[in-house]
Amino acid sequence: MSVLVDKNSKIVVQGITGKEGTFHATQCKAYGTQVVAGVTPGKKGQSVEGIPVFNTVEEAVQETDANVSLIFVPPPFAADAILEGADAGIDLIVCITEGIPSVNMIQVYRAIQNSGSRLIGPNCPGIITPGQCKIGIMPGHIHIPGKIGVISRSGTLTYEVVSQLTSLGIGQSTCIGIGGDPIIGTSFIDALSLFNEDLETSTVCMIGEIGGTGEEEAANYIKENFNKPVVGFIAGQTAPPGRRMGHAGAIISGGKGTAEEKMKVMEESGITVCKSPADMGVTIQSVMK
Amino acid sequence: MKIHEYQGKQILEKYGVAVPRGRATDKVGEVEAIAKELGTSKVVVKAQIHAGGRGKGGGVKVVDVADVKETADQILGMTLKTHQTGPEGQEVRKILIEEAMDIQKELYIGVLVDRSKSRPAIMASEAGGMEIEEVAAAAPEKIFKVAIDPAVGIQPYQARLLAFKLGIPKEMMRDATSFIMKLYQCFIAEDCSMAEINPLILTGDGRVLALDCKMTIDDNALFRHKDTQEFRDLNEEEPLEIEASKHELNYIKLDGNIGCMVNGAGLAMATMDIIKHTGGEPANFLDVGGGASEEQVENAFKIILADKNVKAVFINILGGILRCDRLATGVVNAAKKVKVDIPIIIRMEGTNMDEGKAILNESGMEFILADGMRDGAEKAVAALK
Repeated sequence: MSVLVDKNSKIVVQGITGKEGTFHATQCKAYGTQVVAGVTPGKKGQSVEGIPVFNTVEEAVQETDANVSLIFVPPPFAADAILEGADAGIDLIVCITEGIPSVNMIQVYRAIQNSGSRLIGPNCPGIITPGQCKIGIMPGHIHIPGKIGVISRSGTLTYEVVSQLTSLGIGQSTCIGIGGDPIIGTSFIDALSLFNEDLETSTVCMIGEIGGTGEEEAANYIKENFNKPVVGFIAGQTAPPGRRMGHAGAIISGGKGTAEEKMKVMEESGITVCKSPADMGVTIQSVMK
Repeated sequence: MKIHEYQGKQILEKYGVAVPRGRATDKVGEVEAIAKELGTSKVVVKAQIHAGGRGKGGGVKVVDVADVKETADQILGMTLKTHQTGPEGQEVRKILIEEAMDIQKELYIGVLVDRSKSRPAIMASEAGGMEIEEVAAAAPEKIFKVAIDPAVGIQPYQARLLAFKLGIPKEMMRDATSFIMKLYQCFIAEDCSMAEINPLILTGDGRVLALDCKMTIDDNALFRHKDTQEFRDLNEEEPLEIEASKHELNYIKLDGNIGCMVNGAGLAMATMDIIKHTGGEPANFLDVGGGASEEQVENAFKIILADKNVKAVFINILGGILRCDRLATGVVNAAKKVKVDIPIIIRMEGTNMDEGKAILNESGMEFILADGMRDGAEKAVAALK
């Protein structure tokens, strides 16, 4: 088992004819993912590495039964792309795009609450169930199948942790990059509740960073509802207040969202918190079931 | 992007949000004419810098029209130090001359994005003039918050609710609710990340106005606000950060001496953290991006080394899809061009790692190779000695 995606997931790539879209659609396919369709308005009939291109997501779904969408559309048009995916009845929409205006994401978030779709991201590396499917931009080869669920706001930092785990011979059930933006479709709590139900996942690793209160809310959820060990890390312990650290959501504002505060609440909730990012793998090894 | 008070007020006016009459200038010679034009017996001279706490620092003065030139002369060009500028302060290059108001009551109102609800929210407090963070810490019960449903926007009852909570007198209710609704509309239409009116004032003649305005625009939305883009004030930014932004590098200068070059924001933060844990001090945050092309690496080198505090550079690249051989070639070429004469510690992992290491070893340059993040941080700290 795994969460959200597995070998049966059928992917449509929105923005497939762009440079990023083409490259990563090809990489995902090479990993063994069923990439069944692509969408670029006006380019119906073309194909990208054998993947048929359609004008609309609706058409792609009708023709190929795609149930997951992967979005590489540029920021000014990405909100529209997410809503198009939701309207076409896509179960899971994974939006890689970085730089979508907050006002648009606020509206998108509101709109998809009433749809049957779940959104992951934006500004995220995607989701991978090792050995089954890779839906995103992460390097597939560093992952191995196993029992650790990974949830993270960061891309390369997730690869760091996965790489530490794999080198210790510890595999992953599913890794979800929830994204570095202030408004995201799937929160830590949403992802944790999925892992709570997943029989294959024995232990969860959550990688947070400064800004917002998602980690604190997750810590409270874990304390009340979660029945598996959790190891956590917060990036930005040395970040100055008031500065946006690369990610749009990584900012300490008005004294809120500091790493110190997050780590404190997480520890109080029974999460094993790593102070150093180099200790993530060994810490998981020591607490895992 | 932060903007100045006078710029924020210009934006507010477009939406019909009431602000005092006034004009900004960078010339002392103009201030008497501006004051005369305003026609009030007293005017306010306000230093225009991005940092808050200007009043306490001596950057805001209420004066008789006769003294406006002298006061303007004092404030323009001064180095204003507030709790937000840091000890080095910020030079005042522009002042706003405004009509003095008959202030009866100071309140607080602000619009922001409530991340935990994924909605915009309006916060209001009777404790105007105080920083909202202080109010939140000392008396959180004095802050009222209303979340707005983005599908329908702000509703009149929500504005009324806030106005009643603020204790607005009956005769000013209509103006106050209109003020709040227009402020919200401005926030959405102008893609603000924050629009804070502190204080919002009630005057003796029954008016509701924004006496101050702190506004931040969502950087991701600037592409659709060409006019707002021109509000960027490079004088308020660190020169190296301006240079970095030209090359689409995410760089933030810090006070330490170990320069960092990392791909990805989260890993870049974690790299700073591990340097600190190892007993060193990071000199910067720098995300070279997912591609990390040779050109980007070269630009990043130049920017890191332009900071004279930097005594060692730690390159932490987790390749993955990015190929290490290509990265290594980029680093070698960039280091040759930029003439690096301080220790460079490289940790790289990912596709073609061995080929990458071979390129570094055969370059004839002295790179210190590290195995993992901790090893890299330890070698960087050791290289300083």
